[in-house]
Amino acid sequence: MTQLRVNGEAAEIAATTIAELLSERGIDPGARFLAVAVNGAVIRRAEWTASPLTAGDDVEIVRPLQGG
Amino acid sequence: MSKHNDPLMIAGTALHSRLILGTAQYPNQQVMLDSLEASGSELVTMSIRRISLEGYSQSLVDLLGDRVRLLPNTSGCVTAKDAILTAELAREALDTNWVKLELIGDRETLYPDVEQLVPAADELVRKGFVVLPYCNDDPVTCQKLADVGCAAVMPLGSLIGSGRGLGNPAAIELICSRSPVPVVLDAGIGTASDAALAMELGCDAVMINTAIAKSHDPIRMAAAMKSAVEGGRLARLAGRIPKRTFAEPSSPQLGLVGT
Repeated sequence: MTQLRVNGEAAEIAATTIAELLSERGIDPGARFLAVAVNGAVIRRAEWTASPLTAGDDVEIVRPLQGG
Repeated sequence: MSKHNDPLMIAGTALHSRLILGTAQYPNQQVMLDSLEASGSELVTMSIRRISLEGYSQSLVDLLGDRVRLLPNTSGCVTAKDAILTAELAREALDTNWVKLELIGDRETLYPDVEQLVPAADELVRKGFVVLPYCNDDPVTCQKLADVGCAAVMPLGSLIGSGRGLGNPAAIELICSRSPVPVVLDAGIGTASDAALAMELGCDAVMINTAIAKSHDPIRMAAAMKSAVEGGRLARLAGRIPKRTFAEPSSPQLGLVGT
């Protein structure tokens, strides 16, 4: 298990990649309009299956919502 | 004159509506979509937020479809770092390099933090973004934002969500007269006359959310704002008469009965 932060909250995950993390959280990695950053840098969708997650990473998973 | 002969050009893109619409605060999603239809807007703003970790539901983007261009914002950001990351996430999520840059300096007034705004805009322009910054109604700030390459400037009429209209119309008119890039009046619109006034003063467009979404009848207000923006734009192009101190009779003065 890896300890890191997901959307500002401490999390312990089995996933080792972003794609696995999304699946573990019940989010379809193929869903449109998602974006992910790790440690303040955007990780392109094409890299979600390869880009490794390591202990202490700070992960942001976002999507567009209504806004003004 | 058809409005289609008078498009708003932002970064080489022609927009045939001069009304930019926010998508928040509507009673429900269907009213928002119907209001969007009634407004005629072709450019709508969205926010970027952390996804609920409980799962993923249908995105608003799916419903907006291909009929409008999306303008993600960095609303709520108080640091340049967070605003820039939000813009980069928006570009990845929505496949657009357009961003409405908001950098808030004070949570009570939601006033822009100009000191951070100009360098953040500069950095985003350098990263290839089309930057539309929410900013003060200050000609110097607007000029600096244009100088770093912003595609438009979005000075506030009054505080976000306040509905107080244009607090300083003279400043807005001054900004419009000098700006090398389109001026979009953002924030503070309360009703249709505010939108018309902004256009009459020379604004190239207005951005409205709360005044439509929180009105008693959003769909009707959206139609009112559409008319107001078009009317204000036509009046601006037609050229208003100068203001006078005393009356100037409109009827002929010769041939008055009884003289």
